[in-house]
Amino acid sequence: MLASTASIIARDLRLAFRRKGDVAQVLVFFVIVASLFPLGTGAEPNQLRAMGPGVVWVAALLAALLSLGRLFAADYADGSLEQMLIAAHPLAATVAGKTLAHWLTTGLPLTLLAPLLGVQYDLPAPALGALVASLALGTPVLSLIGAVGAALTLGTRGAAVLLALLVLPLYVPVLVFGAGAVSAALAGLPHGAHLSLLGAFLAFSLVFAPWATCAALRIALD
Amino acid sequence: MSLGDGSARGEWWLRYAAPQAFFPLAGRLIPYFAILAVVLALGGLYLGFFVAPTDFQQGEAYRIIFLHVPAAWMSMFLYVVMALWGVLGFVLNTRLSGMMASAIAPTGALFTFIALWSGALWGKPTWGTWWVWDARLTSELILLFLYVGFIALKASIDDPRRADRAGAVLALVGVVNVPIIYFSVQWWNTLHQGASVSLTRSPSMATTMLWGMLLMALAAWMYSIAVCLARVRVIIREREREMAWMQELGQ
Amino acid sequence: MNWGSLQAFLDMGGYGLYVWGSYGVAALCIAIELIALKARARRLGARMTESAS
Repeated sequence: MLASTASIIARDLRLAFRRKGDVAQVLVFFVIVASLFPLGTGAEPNQLRAMGPGVVWVAALLAALLSLGRLFAADYADGSLEQMLIAAHPLAATVAGKTLAHWLTTGLPLTLLAPLLGVQYDLPAPALGALVASLALGTPVLSLIGAVGAALTLGTRGAAVLLALLVLPLYVPVLVFGAGAVSAALAGLPHGAHLSLLGAFLAFSLVFAPWATCAALRIALD
Repeated sequence: MSLGDGSARGEWWLRYAAPQAFFPLAGRLIPYFAILAVVLALGGLYLGFFVAPTDFQQGEAYRIIFLHVPAAWMSMFLYVVMALWGVLGFVLNTRLSGMMASAIAPTGALFTFIALWSGALWGKPTWGTWWVWDARLTSELILLFLYVGFIALKASIDDPRRADRAGAVLALVGVVNVPIIYFSVQWWNTLHQGASVSLTRSPSMATTMLWGMLLMALAAWMYSIAVCLARVRVIIREREREMAWMQELGQ
Repeated sequence: MNWGSLQAFLDMGGYGLYVWGSYGVAALCIAIELIALKARARRLGARMTESAS
Protein backbone atom coordinates (compact mmCIF):
# COMPACT_ATOMS: atom_id res chain seq x y z
CA MET A 1 0.00 0.00 0.00
CA LEU A 2 2.88 2.30 0.79
CA ALA A 3 4.32 1.77 -2.68
CA SER A 4 1.08 2.64 -4.47
CA THR A 5 0.55 5.68 -2.24
CA ALA A 6 4.06 6.79 -3.10
CA SER A 7 3.29 6.38 -6.78
CA ILE A 8 0.17 8.53 -6.38
CA ILE A 9 2.24 11.24 -4.71
CA ALA A 10 4.85 10.97 -7.45
CA ARG A 11 2.15 11.20 -10.13
CA ASP A 12 0.60 14.33 -8.66
CA LEU A 13 4.03 15.91 -8.23
CA ARG A 14 4.88 15.14 -11.84
CA LEU A 15 1.59 16.69 -13.00
CA ALA A 16 2.20 19.77 -10.87
CA PHE A 17 5.73 20.02 -12.22
CA ARG A 18 4.40 20.10 -15.77
CA ARG A 19 2.25 23.04 -14.82
CA LYS A 20 4.79 25.06 -12.90
CA GLY A 21 2.72 28.15 -13.63
CA ASP A 22 0.05 27.00 -11.18
CA VAL A 23 2.51 26.74 -8.32
CA ALA A 24 4.12 30.04 -9.24
CA GLN A 25 0.72 31.74 -9.35
CA VAL A 26 0.01 30.76 -5.77
CA LEU A 27 3.31 32.19 -4.60
CA VAL A 28 2.84 35.41 -6.55
CA PHE A 29 -0.63 35.80 -5.06
CA PHE A 30 0.88 35.31 -1.61
CA VAL A 31 3.39 38.08 -2.19
CA ILE A 32 0.86 40.45 -3.75
CA VAL A 33 -1.66 40.12 -0.92
CA ALA A 34 0.99 40.61 1.74
CA SER A 35 2.27 43.66 -0.12
CA LEU A 36 -1.20 45.19 -0.41
CA PHE A 37 -1.75 45.68 3.29
CA PRO A 38 0.86 48.39 3.91
CA LEU A 39 -0.55 50.22 0.89
CA GLY A 40 -3.91 50.10 2.58
CA THR A 41 -2.91 50.93 6.14
CA GLY A 42 0.20 53.07 5.84
CA ALA A 43 3.78 51.94 6.40
CA GLU A 44 4.36 53.07 9.97
CA PRO A 45 6.97 50.52 11.17
CA ASN A 46 5.52 49.68 14.58
CA GLN A 47 2.05 49.19 13.16
CA LEU A 48 3.41 46.99 10.38
CA ARG A 49 5.40 44.88 12.79
CA ALA A 50 2.32 44.38 14.95
CA MET A 51 0.14 43.34 12.08
CA GLY A 52 2.82 41.38 10.22
CA PRO A 53 2.07 37.96 11.75
CA GLY A 54 -1.64 38.23 11.02
CA VAL A 55 -1.18 39.59 7.52
CA VAL A 56 1.35 36.98 6.40
CA TRP A 57 -0.77 34.22 7.89
CA VAL A 58 -3.99 35.44 6.24
CA ALA A 59 -2.17 35.83 2.93
CA ALA A 60 -0.85 32.25 3.21
CA LEU A 61 -4.33 31.05 4.08
CA LEU A 62 -5.91 32.74 1.05
CA ALA A 63 -3.16 31.51 -1.25
CA ALA A 64 -3.64 27.94 -0.02
CA LEU A 65 -7.38 28.32 -0.53
CA LEU A 66 -6.92 29.42 -4.14
CA SER A 67 -4.98 26.29 -4.99
CA LEU A 68 -7.49 23.84 -3.53
CA GLY A 69 -9.68 23.74 -6.61
CA ARG A 70 -6.86 21.94 -8.42
CA LEU A 71 -6.76 19.10 -5.95
CA PHE A 72 -9.47 16.94 -7.48
CA ALA A 73 -10.71 18.92 -10.48
CA ALA A 74 -8.37 17.51 -13.11
CA ASP A 75 -8.86 13.90 -12.02
CA TYR A 76 -12.61 14.45 -11.81
CA ALA A 77 -12.73 15.86 -15.33
CA ASP A 78 -10.83 13.02 -17.02
CA GLY A 79 -12.39 10.19 -15.06
CA SER A 80 -9.32 9.06 -13.15
CA LEU A 81 -11.01 10.00 -9.87
CA GLU A 82 -13.70 7.40 -10.50
CA GLN A 83 -10.96 4.87 -11.16
CA MET A 84 -9.37 5.73 -7.83
CA LEU A 85 -12.71 5.19 -6.10
CA ILE A 86 -13.19 1.65 -7.38
CA ALA A 87 -9.53 0.67 -7.22
CA ALA A 88 -8.33 -1.90 -4.72
CA HIS A 89 -6.09 0.69 -3.12
CA PRO A 90 -7.87 2.21 -0.10
CA LEU A 91 -9.34 5.57 -0.98
CA ALA A 92 -8.17 7.15 2.28
CA ALA A 93 -4.57 6.41 1.37
CA THR A 94 -5.08 7.87 -2.11
CA VAL A 95 -6.60 10.99 -0.62
CA ALA A 96 -3.79 11.32 1.92
CA GLY A 97 -1.26 10.94 -0.87
CA LYS A 98 -2.90 13.60 -3.03
CA THR A 99 -3.16 15.94 -0.06
CA LEU A 100 0.50 15.47 0.71
CA ALA A 101 1.40 16.22 -2.91
CA HIS A 102 -0.81 19.31 -2.74
CA TRP A 103 0.99 20.51 0.37
CA LEU A 104 4.39 19.87 -1.21
CA THR A 105 3.44 22.11 -4.13
CA THR A 106 1.57 24.78 -2.14
CA GLY A 107 2.02 24.91 1.61
CA LEU A 108 5.70 24.06 1.61
CA PRO A 109 6.71 26.75 -0.92
CA LEU A 110 4.57 29.26 1.01
CA THR A 111 6.35 28.31 4.23
CA LEU A 112 9.74 28.73 2.62
CA LEU A 113 8.83 32.09 1.04
CA ALA A 114 7.22 33.49 4.19
CA PRO A 115 10.41 34.76 5.89
CA LEU A 116 10.94 37.15 2.96
CA LEU A 117 7.50 38.62 3.56
CA GLY A 118 8.19 38.68 7.28
CA VAL A 119 11.23 40.82 6.57
CA GLN A 120 8.97 43.22 4.65
CA TYR A 121 7.12 43.67 7.93
CA ASP A 122 10.34 44.09 9.87
CA LEU A 123 9.82 40.97 11.95
CA PRO A 124 12.92 40.09 14.02
CA ALA A 125 14.65 36.72 13.73
CA PRO A 126 12.78 34.89 16.55
CA ALA A 127 9.46 35.95 15.01
CA LEU A 128 10.62 34.78 11.59
CA GLY A 129 11.52 31.41 13.09
CA ALA A 130 8.09 31.17 14.69
CA LEU A 131 6.55 32.15 11.35
CA VAL A 132 8.25 29.30 9.52
CA ALA A 133 7.50 26.81 12.29
CA SER A 134 3.83 27.78 12.58
CA LEU A 135 3.35 27.70 8.81
CA ALA A 136 5.17 24.38 8.55
CA LEU A 137 2.70 22.90 11.04
CA GLY A 138 -0.33 24.87 9.88
CA THR A 139 -0.24 24.63 6.09
CA PRO A 140 -0.64 20.83 6.07
CA VAL A 141 -3.78 21.33 8.18
CA LEU A 142 -5.00 23.86 5.61
CA SER A 143 -4.45 21.28 2.85
CA LEU A 144 -6.19 18.53 4.83
CA ILE A 145 -9.25 20.60 5.76
CA GLY A 146 -9.28 22.16 2.30
CA ALA A 147 -9.42 18.71 0.73
CA VAL A 148 -12.74 18.09 2.49
CA GLY A 149 -14.11 21.30 1.04
CA ALA A 150 -12.73 20.55 -2.42
CA ALA A 151 -14.40 17.13 -2.38
CA LEU A 152 -17.72 18.54 -1.18
CA THR A 153 -17.84 21.18 -3.91
CA LEU A 154 -16.73 18.93 -6.79
CA GLY A 155 -18.67 19.79 -9.90
CA THR A 156 -21.01 22.25 -8.18
CA ARG A 157 -21.93 25.66 -9.50
CA GLY A 158 -19.65 28.45 -8.34
CA ALA A 159 -17.35 25.91 -6.73
CA ALA A 160 -14.43 28.23 -6.03
CA VAL A 161 -16.32 30.81 -4.00
CA LEU A 162 -18.41 28.14 -2.30
CA LEU A 163 -15.22 26.34 -1.33
CA ALA A 164 -13.87 29.49 0.28
CA LEU A 165 -17.13 30.03 2.15
CA LEU A 166 -17.10 26.48 3.49
CA VAL A 167 -13.46 26.25 4.43
CA LEU A 168 -12.52 29.67 5.80
CA PRO A 169 -14.50 29.34 9.07
CA LEU A 170 -12.81 26.00 9.66
CA TYR A 171 -9.43 27.65 9.18
CA VAL A 172 -9.98 30.04 12.09
CA PRO A 173 -8.31 27.94 14.85
CA VAL A 174 -5.19 27.40 12.73
CA LEU A 175 -5.04 31.11 11.95
CA VAL A 176 -5.53 32.15 15.57
CA PHE A 177 -2.75 29.96 16.93
CA GLY A 178 -0.44 30.28 13.93
CA ALA A 179 -0.47 34.07 13.96
CA GLY A 180 -0.56 33.94 17.76
CA ALA A 181 2.70 32.03 17.84
CA VAL A 182 4.42 34.67 15.74
CA SER A 183 2.94 37.53 17.78
CA ALA A 184 4.12 35.86 20.97
CA ALA A 185 7.62 35.44 19.57
CA LEU A 186 7.49 39.08 18.54
CA ALA A 187 6.70 40.09 22.11
CA GLY A 188 9.48 37.90 23.43
CA LEU A 189 7.03 35.46 25.01
CA PRO A 190 7.28 31.69 24.71
CA HIS A 191 5.30 30.23 21.87
CA GLY A 192 5.84 26.53 22.43
CA ALA A 193 2.23 26.06 23.50
CA HIS A 194 0.95 27.56 20.25
CA LEU A 195 3.13 25.25 18.19
CA SER A 196 2.09 22.25 20.27
CA LEU A 197 -1.55 23.12 19.67
CA LEU A 198 -0.89 23.46 15.96
CA GLY A 199 0.73 20.05 16.11
CA ALA A 200 -2.38 18.71 17.82
CA PHE A 201 -4.56 20.19 15.06
CA LEU A 202 -2.28 18.51 12.52
CA ALA A 203 -2.55 15.13 14.22
CA PHE A 204 -6.32 15.50 14.56
CA SER A 205 -6.84 16.44 10.93
CA LEU A 206 -4.45 13.72 9.72
CA VAL A 207 -6.77 11.20 11.32
CA PHE A 208 -10.18 12.67 10.48
CA ALA A 209 -9.88 14.79 7.36
CA PRO A 210 -9.04 12.00 4.87
CA TRP A 211 -12.04 10.04 6.13
CA ALA A 212 -14.37 13.02 5.63
CA THR A 213 -12.82 13.68 2.22
CA CYS A 214 -13.44 10.08 1.18
CA ALA A 215 -17.06 10.30 2.28
CA ALA A 216 -17.46 13.53 0.32
CA LEU A 217 -15.82 12.06 -2.79
CA ARG A 218 -18.09 9.04 -2.70
CA ILE A 219 -21.09 11.33 -2.41
CA ALA A 220 -19.89 13.45 -5.31
CA LEU A 221 -19.25 10.51 -7.60
CA ASP A 222 -22.28 8.39 -6.83
CA MET B 1 -29.51 -0.78 7.16
CA SER B 2 -32.24 0.92 5.16
CA LEU B 3 -35.57 1.73 6.66
CA GLY B 4 -38.46 2.78 4.46
CA ASP B 5 -40.81 2.39 7.37
CA GLY B 6 -40.11 0.78 10.69
CA SER B 7 -43.18 -1.33 11.06
CA ALA B 8 -41.34 -4.44 9.94
CA ARG B 9 -39.01 -4.01 12.90
CA GLY B 10 -41.95 -3.52 15.22
CA GLU B 11 -40.93 -0.05 16.39
CA TRP B 12 -43.94 2.17 16.04
CA TRP B 13 -42.07 5.44 15.95
CA LEU B 14 -39.83 4.36 13.10
CA ARG B 15 -42.93 4.34 10.93
CA TYR B 16 -42.66 8.12 11.00
CA ALA B 17 -39.28 7.97 9.32
CA ALA B 18 -41.20 7.83 6.06
CA PRO B 19 -42.13 11.31 4.79
CA GLN B 20 -45.57 9.96 3.97
CA ALA B 21 -46.32 9.26 7.62
CA PHE B 22 -44.42 12.20 9.06
CA PHE B 23 -46.23 14.78 6.93
CA PRO B 24 -49.64 14.57 8.67
CA LEU B 25 -48.02 14.08 12.10
CA ALA B 26 -46.03 17.28 11.70
CA GLY B 27 -49.17 19.10 10.65
CA ARG B 28 -50.99 18.01 13.80
CA LEU B 29 -48.09 18.95 16.10
CA ILE B 30 -47.40 22.45 14.82
CA PRO B 31 -50.24 24.26 16.63
CA TYR B 32 -49.22 22.88 20.03
CA PHE B 33 -45.63 24.03 19.68
CA ALA B 34 -46.74 27.40 18.35
CA ILE B 35 -49.02 27.97 21.35
CA LEU B 36 -46.29 26.85 23.76
CA ALA B 37 -43.88 29.26 22.10
CA VAL B 38 -46.23 32.22 22.53
CA VAL B 39 -47.10 31.37 26.13
CA LEU B 40 -43.48 30.85 27.16
CA ALA B 41 -42.38 34.02 25.37
CA LEU B 42 -45.05 36.05 27.13
CA GLY B 43 -43.93 34.59 30.45
CA GLY B 44 -40.27 35.22 29.75
CA LEU B 45 -40.86 38.77 28.56
CA TYR B 46 -43.04 39.50 31.58
CA LEU B 47 -40.31 38.30 33.91
CA GLY B 48 -37.68 40.14 31.93
CA PHE B 49 -39.39 43.50 31.74
CA PHE B 50 -41.73 43.66 34.72
CA VAL B 51 -40.20 41.52 37.45
CA ALA B 52 -36.44 41.52 36.99
CA PRO B 53 -34.84 44.55 38.66
CA THR B 54 -32.77 47.19 36.92
CA ASP B 55 -29.10 46.42 36.61
CA PHE B 56 -26.87 48.66 38.68
CA GLN B 57 -24.11 49.11 36.09
CA GLN B 58 -25.83 48.78 32.75
CA GLY B 59 -29.22 50.28 33.47
CA GLU B 60 -32.14 49.14 31.40
CA ALA B 61 -29.93 48.27 28.41
CA TYR B 62 -29.14 44.92 30.00
CA ARG B 63 -32.70 43.75 29.27
CA ILE B 64 -31.46 42.85 25.81
CA ILE B 65 -29.98 39.80 27.52
CA PHE B 66 -33.40 38.13 27.52
CA LEU B 67 -33.20 38.11 23.74
CA HIS B 68 -29.48 37.85 23.06
CA VAL B 69 -28.55 34.89 25.26
CA PRO B 70 -31.49 32.64 24.33
CA ALA B 71 -30.92 33.43 20.65
CA ALA B 72 -27.23 32.52 20.98
CA TRP B 73 -28.06 29.29 22.84
CA MET B 74 -30.64 28.40 20.19
CA SER B 75 -28.26 29.10 17.32
CA MET B 76 -25.71 26.67 18.73
CA PHE B 77 -28.29 24.09 19.75
CA LEU B 78 -29.92 24.09 16.31
CA TYR B 79 -26.56 23.57 14.60
CA VAL B 80 -25.93 20.47 16.71
CA VAL B 81 -29.45 19.17 16.01
CA MET B 82 -28.90 19.80 12.30
CA ALA B 83 -25.68 17.78 12.42
CA LEU B 84 -27.46 15.01 14.34
CA TRP B 85 -30.10 14.75 11.63
CA GLY B 86 -27.27 14.47 9.14
CA VAL B 87 -25.68 11.61 11.08
CA LEU B 88 -29.08 9.94 11.38
CA GLY B 89 -29.42 10.21 7.63
CA PHE B 90 -26.13 8.38 7.15
CA VAL B 91 -26.99 5.67 9.64
CA LEU B 92 -30.64 5.06 8.73
CA ASN B 93 -30.47 6.16 5.09
CA THR B 94 -33.82 7.92 5.36
CA ARG B 95 -34.91 10.75 3.07
CA LEU B 96 -36.57 12.57 5.96
CA SER B 97 -33.31 13.17 7.86
CA GLY B 98 -31.88 15.31 5.09
CA MET B 99 -35.15 17.18 4.78
CA MET B 100 -35.14 17.95 8.52
CA ALA B 101 -31.57 19.26 8.34
CA SER B 102 -32.58 21.51 5.44
CA ALA B 103 -35.60 22.67 7.42
CA ILE B 104 -33.54 23.62 10.46
CA ALA B 105 -30.77 25.59 8.75
CA PRO B 106 -32.64 28.84 7.96
CA THR B 107 -34.06 29.07 11.49
CA GLY B 108 -30.62 28.44 12.98
CA ALA B 109 -29.16 31.18 10.80
CA LEU B 110 -31.99 33.48 11.87
CA PHE B 111 -31.23 33.03 15.57
CA THR B 112 -27.54 33.56 14.88
CA PHE B 113 -28.37 36.85 13.19
CA ILE B 114 -30.63 37.92 16.05
CA ALA B 115 -27.85 37.10 18.52
CA LEU B 116 -25.39 39.19 16.51
CA TRP B 117 -27.76 42.13 16.05
CA SER B 118 -28.84 42.23 19.68
CA GLY B 119 -25.21 41.80 20.70
CA ALA B 120 -24.24 44.84 18.66
CA LEU B 121 -27.05 46.94 20.13
CA TRP B 122 -26.07 45.79 23.60
CA GLY B 123 -22.43 46.56 23.00
CA LYS B 124 -22.95 50.12 21.82
CA PRO B 125 -24.39 51.65 25.01
CA THR B 126 -22.36 49.34 27.25
CA TRP B 127 -18.92 49.39 25.66
CA GLY B 128 -19.19 52.28 23.21
CA THR B 129 -18.75 50.45 19.91
CA TRP B 130 -21.24 48.77 17.58
CA TRP B 131 -19.08 45.71 17.25
CA VAL B 132 -17.29 44.14 20.18
CA TRP B 133 -14.73 41.48 19.32
CA ASP B 134 -15.56 39.39 22.34
CA ALA B 135 -15.43 35.62 22.27
CA ARG B 136 -19.17 35.02 22.09
CA LEU B 137 -19.97 37.52 19.34
CA THR B 138 -16.98 36.46 17.23
CA SER B 139 -17.93 32.79 17.61
CA GLU B 140 -21.52 33.65 16.66
CA LEU B 141 -20.23 35.39 13.55
CA ILE B 142 -18.26 32.30 12.54
CA LEU B 143 -21.32 30.16 13.30
CA LEU B 144 -23.32 32.36 10.90
CA PHE B 145 -20.71 31.65 8.23
CA LEU B 146 -21.07 27.93 8.93
CA TYR B 147 -24.85 28.11 8.53
CA VAL B 148 -24.59 30.16 5.33
CA GLY B 149 -22.04 27.70 3.97
CA PHE B 150 -24.35 24.77 4.71
CA ILE B 151 -27.30 26.47 3.00
CA ALA B 152 -25.15 27.51 0.04
CA LEU B 153 -23.73 24.00 -0.42
CA LYS B 154 -27.18 22.42 -0.42
CA ALA B 155 -28.44 25.05 -2.85
CA SER B 156 -25.58 24.42 -5.26
CA ILE B 157 -26.19 20.68 -5.66
CA ASP B 158 -29.14 19.82 -7.87
CA ASP B 159 -29.75 16.23 -6.82
CA PRO B 160 -31.55 16.37 -3.43
CA ARG B 161 -30.13 13.09 -2.13
CA ARG B 162 -26.58 14.08 -2.99
CA ALA B 163 -27.18 17.51 -1.47
CA ASP B 164 -28.45 15.91 1.75
CA ARG B 165 -25.42 13.67 2.09
CA ALA B 166 -22.93 16.41 1.26
CA GLY B 167 -24.67 18.70 3.76
CA ALA B 168 -24.47 15.98 6.39
CA VAL B 169 -20.69 15.66 5.93
CA LEU B 170 -20.29 19.42 6.11
CA ALA B 171 -22.49 19.71 9.23
CA LEU B 172 -20.57 16.90 10.90
CA VAL B 173 -17.21 18.53 10.11
CA GLY B 174 -18.65 21.81 11.36
CA VAL B 175 -20.02 20.46 14.62
CA VAL B 176 -16.69 18.81 15.44
CA ASN B 177 -14.94 22.09 14.73
CA VAL B 178 -17.33 24.37 16.63
CA PRO B 179 -15.83 23.59 20.07
CA ILE B 180 -12.32 23.98 18.62
CA ILE B 181 -13.29 27.29 17.01
CA TYR B 182 -14.91 28.50 20.22
CA PHE B 183 -11.85 27.55 22.25
CA SER B 184 -9.53 29.30 19.78
CA VAL B 185 -11.63 32.47 19.77
CA GLN B 186 -11.82 32.46 23.60
CA TRP B 187 -8.04 32.23 23.81
CA TRP B 188 -7.61 34.90 21.13
CA ASN B 189 -9.98 37.18 22.97
CA THR B 190 -8.21 36.96 26.34
CA LEU B 191 -4.94 37.63 24.63
CA HIS B 192 -5.92 40.68 22.63
CA GLN B 193 -8.30 42.45 24.95
CA GLY B 194 -6.78 44.29 27.86
CA ALA B 195 -9.77 44.57 30.13
CA SER B 196 -12.21 41.71 29.74
CA VAL B 197 -14.74 43.19 27.37
CA SER B 198 -17.35 40.53 27.55
CA LEU B 199 -21.07 40.43 27.06
CA THR B 200 -21.31 37.47 29.41
CA ARG B 201 -23.11 38.34 32.57
CA SER B 202 -21.38 37.78 35.88
CA PRO B 203 -22.43 34.61 37.73
CA SER B 204 -24.23 36.55 40.43
CA MET B 205 -27.44 37.10 38.50
CA ALA B 206 -30.77 37.62 40.14
CA THR B 207 -32.92 34.49 40.03
CA THR B 208 -35.63 36.31 38.13
CA MET B 209 -33.12 37.15 35.41
CA LEU B 210 -32.15 33.49 35.06
CA TRP B 211 -35.78 32.41 34.93
CA GLY B 212 -36.51 35.07 32.34
CA MET B 213 -33.70 33.82 30.11
CA LEU B 214 -34.73 30.22 30.62
CA LEU B 215 -38.35 30.89 29.65
CA MET B 216 -37.24 32.82 26.57
CA ALA B 217 -34.90 30.00 25.62
CA LEU B 218 -37.72 27.46 25.92
CA ALA B 219 -39.96 29.77 23.89
CA ALA B 220 -37.29 29.95 21.19
CA TRP B 221 -37.04 26.17 21.22
CA MET B 222 -40.79 25.68 20.83
CA TYR B 223 -40.85 28.28 18.07
CA SER B 224 -38.01 26.52 16.26
CA ILE B 225 -39.79 23.17 16.41
CA ALA B 226 -43.00 24.70 15.08
CA VAL B 227 -41.31 26.54 12.22
CA CYS B 228 -39.05 23.62 11.28
CA LEU B 229 -42.00 21.23 11.22
CA ALA B 230 -43.86 23.68 8.97
CA ARG B 231 -40.84 24.05 6.72
CA VAL B 232 -40.21 20.32 6.48
CA ARG B 233 -43.80 19.89 5.35
CA VAL B 234 -43.14 22.32 2.50
CA ILE B 235 -39.91 20.49 1.67
CA ILE B 236 -41.71 17.15 1.67
CA ARG B 237 -44.29 18.58 -0.69
CA GLU B 238 -41.56 19.97 -2.92
CA ARG B 239 -39.65 16.72 -3.15
CA GLU B 240 -42.35 14.12 -3.04
CA ARG B 241 -44.97 15.75 -5.23
CA GLU B 242 -44.56 13.12 -7.92
CA MET B 243 -45.40 10.38 -5.46
CA ALA B 244 -48.82 8.78 -5.52
CA TRP B 245 -49.61 9.57 -1.91
CA MET B 246 -49.12 13.27 -2.57
CA GLN B 247 -51.46 13.16 -5.55
CA GLU B 248 -54.05 11.43 -3.41
CA LEU B 249 -53.80 14.10 -0.76
CA GLY B 250 -54.61 16.53 -3.52
CA GLN B 251 -51.42 18.40 -2.77
CA MET C 1 -43.81 46.46 38.53
CA ASN C 2 -40.77 48.32 37.36
CA TRP C 3 -42.30 51.11 35.34
CA GLY C 4 -44.05 54.27 36.46
CA SER C 5 -45.68 54.95 33.13
CA LEU C 6 -45.88 53.78 29.53
CA GLN C 7 -43.51 56.59 28.64
CA ALA C 8 -40.92 55.25 31.10
CA PHE C 9 -41.38 51.76 29.67
CA LEU C 10 -40.75 52.91 26.11
CA ASP C 11 -37.85 55.08 27.15
CA MET C 12 -36.00 52.23 28.96
CA GLY C 13 -33.93 54.63 31.04
CA GLY C 14 -32.58 56.28 27.91
CA TYR C 15 -31.72 53.02 26.21
CA GLY C 16 -35.01 52.68 24.38
CA LEU C 17 -33.40 52.76 20.95
CA TYR C 18 -31.16 49.81 21.76
CA VAL C 19 -33.65 47.65 23.63
CA TRP C 20 -36.54 48.15 21.22
CA GLY C 21 -34.15 48.10 18.29
CA SER C 22 -33.14 44.59 19.33
CA TYR C 23 -36.58 43.20 20.11
CA GLY C 24 -38.09 44.98 17.13
CA VAL C 25 -35.61 43.53 14.66
CA ALA C 26 -36.06 40.08 16.21
CA ALA C 27 -39.83 40.34 15.79
CA LEU C 28 -39.29 41.53 12.22
CA CYS C 29 -36.99 38.58 11.47
CA ILE C 30 -39.54 36.13 12.82
CA ALA C 31 -42.27 37.78 10.77
CA ILE C 32 -40.09 37.58 7.66
CA GLU C 33 -39.34 33.92 8.30
CA LEU C 34 -43.02 33.06 8.62
CA ILE C 35 -44.05 35.15 5.61
CA ALA C 36 -41.27 33.69 3.47
CA LEU C 37 -42.31 30.18 4.41
CA LYS C 38 -45.93 30.91 3.52
CA ALA C 39 -44.82 32.41 0.20
CA ARG C 40 -42.72 29.33 -0.53
CA ALA C 41 -45.70 27.09 0.15
CA ARG C 42 -47.94 29.23 -2.02
CA ARG C 43 -45.47 29.16 -4.92
CA LEU C 44 -45.31 25.40 -4.61
CA GLY C 45 -49.10 25.18 -4.71
CA ALA C 46 -49.18 27.32 -7.84
CA ARG C 47 -46.52 25.15 -9.52
CA MET C 48 -48.40 21.99 -8.73
CA THR C 49 -51.81 23.15 -9.94
CA GLU C 50 -50.00 24.36 -13.06
CA SER C 51 -48.48 20.95 -13.74
CA ALA C 52 -51.71 19.17 -12.91
CA SER C 53 -53.64 21.16 -15.50
